[in-house]
Amino acid sequence: MTQAPALLEISNLSVEIRGKHILRDVSLSIGAGEIVALTGESGSGKSMTAFATMGLLPQIASARGGIALSGEPLLGQSEKRLCEIRGEQIGMIFQEPMTALNPVQTIGRQVTETIRIHTAMPQNKAEQRAAEVLTRVGLPPDAVPLGRYPHELSGGQRQRVVIAMAIALRPALLIADEPTTALDVTTQAQILDLLQKLVREDGMALMMITHDLAVVSDMADRIAVMNNGEIVEQGPTRTLFSEMRHPYTRALFEASTHKADLAEVDTDETLLSVHGVSRDYPVRRTGLFTPKRMFRAVKSVSFDINRGERVGLVGESGCGKSTLTRAILGLEPVQEGTITLDGQPVFSQGHPDLSVRRKIQVVFQDPYGSFNPRHRVERLITEPFYLLDSPPNGAERERAVAEALEAVGLNATDADKYIHAFSGGQRQRIAIARALIIKPEIIVFDEAVSALDVRVRAQILDLMAQLSRDYGLTYLFISHDLSVVRSITDRVLVMQAGEIVEQGETEQIFENPAHPYTQSLIAAAPQMPNYDPTSKGDRDASSNPN
Amino acid sequence: MLRYALKRLTSLAVSLLIASVVIFVVVEIAPGDPASFMLGINAQPDTIAALRAELGLDVPKFQRYLDWVGGMLVGDFGTSYTYRTEVSGMIADRLWISLPLAIYALMISTLIAFPAGIIAASRRGRPADIGVMGATQLGVAIPNFWFAMLLVLLFAIKLRWFSAGGFPGWESPAEAIKALTLPAIALALPQAAILARVMRSSLIDILGEDFIRTARAKGLSRRQALWRHGLRNALIPVLTIIGLQFSFLIAGAIIIEQVFFLPGLGRLIFQAITQRDLIVVESVVMLLVFAVIIVNFMVDLAYAAVDPRLRART
Repeated sequence: MTQAPALLEISNLSVEIRGKHILRDVSLSIGAGEIVALTGESGSGKSMTAFATMGLLPQIASARGGIALSGEPLLGQSEKRLCEIRGEQIGMIFQEPMTALNPVQTIGRQVTETIRIHTAMPQNKAEQRAAEVLTRVGLPPDAVPLGRYPHELSGGQRQRVVIAMAIALRPALLIADEPTTALDVTTQAQILDLLQKLVREDGMALMMITHDLAVVSDMADRIAVMNNGEIVEQGPTRTLFSEMRHPYTRALFEASTHKADLAEVDTDETLLSVHGVSRDYPVRRTGLFTPKRMFRAVKSVSFDINRGERVGLVGESGCGKSTLTRAILGLEPVQEGTITLDGQPVFSQGHPDLSVRRKIQVVFQDPYGSFNPRHRVERLITEPFYLLDSPPNGAERERAVAEALEAVGLNATDADKYIHAFSGGQRQRIAIARALIIKPEIIVFDEAVSALDVRVRAQILDLMAQLSRDYGLTYLFISHDLSVVRSITDRVLVMQAGEIVEQGETEQIFENPAHPYTQSLIAAAPQMPNYDPTSKGDRDASSNPN
Repeated sequence: MLRYALKRLTSLAVSLLIASVVIFVVVEIAPGDPASFMLGINAQPDTIAALRAELGLDVPKFQRYLDWVGGMLVGDFGTSYTYRTEVSGMIADRLWISLPLAIYALMISTLIAFPAGIIAASRRGRPADIGVMGATQLGVAIPNFWFAMLLVLLFAIKLRWFSAGGFPGWESPAEAIKALTLPAIALALPQAAILARVMRSSLIDILGEDFIRTARAKGLSRRQALWRHGLRNALIPVLTIIGLQFSFLIAGAIIIEQVFFLPGLGRLIFQAITQRDLIVVESVVMLLVFAVIIVNFMVDLAYAAVDPRLRART
């Protein structure tokens, strides 16, 4: 435990918006060179604490308590002085690298701006300085020129630009709000390494906000756990993980390492068969007369899924997961190969076969965007009835609705409500009810739990396991999140650049990955530490030597 | 950027070709034979036939289309049936009023709308915003000819600063501009109201974007963030509306031209339609289509200048 003099001192901070308590008596201190993680579920007040520190609370918010940086009070400070402090003494990086940059300005200009507004440096000196900073974050100008626009960069590169803007003037405090949540695991590992390096080199204090305990478990010096606007527990990382005095901390930890209880698969009858499937997309022509080129997004992919099996498909963004999923759902034709469900092709004579389509249903990631807000739940979940030749009517239909809702742990009376009345987790239950209602053979989960908080996620994973047992369902579970895939699948397929590079039993793959890409994925994935004596964490101990 | 411009230019040419065919066909199938209209209901069939031959109406349609398009390409718009003068000359005279009027009105509307929209967006929900929104509500609701009459009553009849109508010609540019001022204001006010609202809502959307928060985290004040990062991004929808408005101003000033006795394009086309002067109708409509397409082309180029993502997409 380091006893550095506190650089940032937050004492009894309370924030109210229209009489609603957003933060209650939050006290937190961060010393120079220290990494303090602020963790908790969505709405717990993590980001509000950060915005209060930046002096960027919504204008309708009222704050009480104290925030001091190097002894200078920030709360109640004049806007002019706050503008001087922001960017110079406190830098901040955000979750969404895709939208955090101004799309119509070059990256060089955006980094230079930080320098120019706080110093009297002339333009060319500032540009030179921007180039140095970009080099420092891993974007040397000879590889990524200053004249590039954000849309010409990948997500990881954009996040590096945001970091460059935040650290250009070597601020004393850096606030990172979910800096890696939107990134792939390997990119995430690189960005986390970069942040640690910068903290070490500059002696910066880092306030790291994350919902993912595993991300901060081996980089934070201290962790503060927030719930409902309060810090329920804080302490040095190792102590916090080994003691976990507060039940909420324990609940979070258990949910993050949750393993769903899967039923044994007893048949080896093939349900879904993907054989030699390739999918091409036309590439935008570069000139009027250049020949049309195709991009092969999926390259001769073959695999079988047996009835009752839960199979995971993992890979980073752009690897072809989504393309393959659309082909399996019969939404798009394939250029080569066949996809059959129960022996019948999913796509025949140029259009999807309805008698096959009704056997396969899908649940998507976004619990907020995948429902029409103007329809009642009853109408939303009966949509797949369009796939049936004679959909049930009257009492039979009501019974089907009630049964589907009860199967996912909701009430039959919820059928009359609108979607806005439900939380994210409940919405995902409704999405599952919509998939269940026509009794499919197989459900495709496309990042279906990625947007959920850990405790809700654990509940939904349990529900999935329960349903697969009750209804003998087969799952194809697509995710970028390795720990989730590990907890809910029997077998896993690893996809890279359009190809399945490795497949096998889930535990087998996680314990002994054979392909270098799988190895790098697993190495990059943040792991929960195994300090808690009560957790059955033997697998963590063996695979995570740090 | 060059490829983007070339591509837009190709689509411009194709649009013009399609427009010329549509205009020709529509005007040809519209009821009312110019010859019989000009000679009145008691005319003898052979007199009508003779006039038809004189006007060139007896030539096969396809041939007439080619002649018409070919003529326009070299600036020859044919001869007016009613006035027996060169259509190109008639149009040129009118264009010298309509085009400056449209540009003048657009300048006024932009000069009003931009500051109003920006002030409203940056003081959202506060008195300035409420005031701007109320004023634009009125501006959108009130027809421009009524504004025109109010302006005449106040500035021409009561204060006698401007004349109530007519156009003195461009011999004295100052007088010409003065004569166009009231019509331009009358045209501009409703347009400014719409544009200010678009500017406001576009800017409010942009101010809620993540990169504005990033800009604030860098140390920019709210105002600086708005000017440096908000405005240019907010321009895209505003440019779209400006393009549409300019097209409307060139062709749609007919009522205002009527109120101020301005011999502009709107009045020309109105008269030509009532007199079945098909060649004039075709030519003026084609010219207006040309103007609209050119304006859209310029708006497309402006988009690309504002947004680098469009340049890349070609």
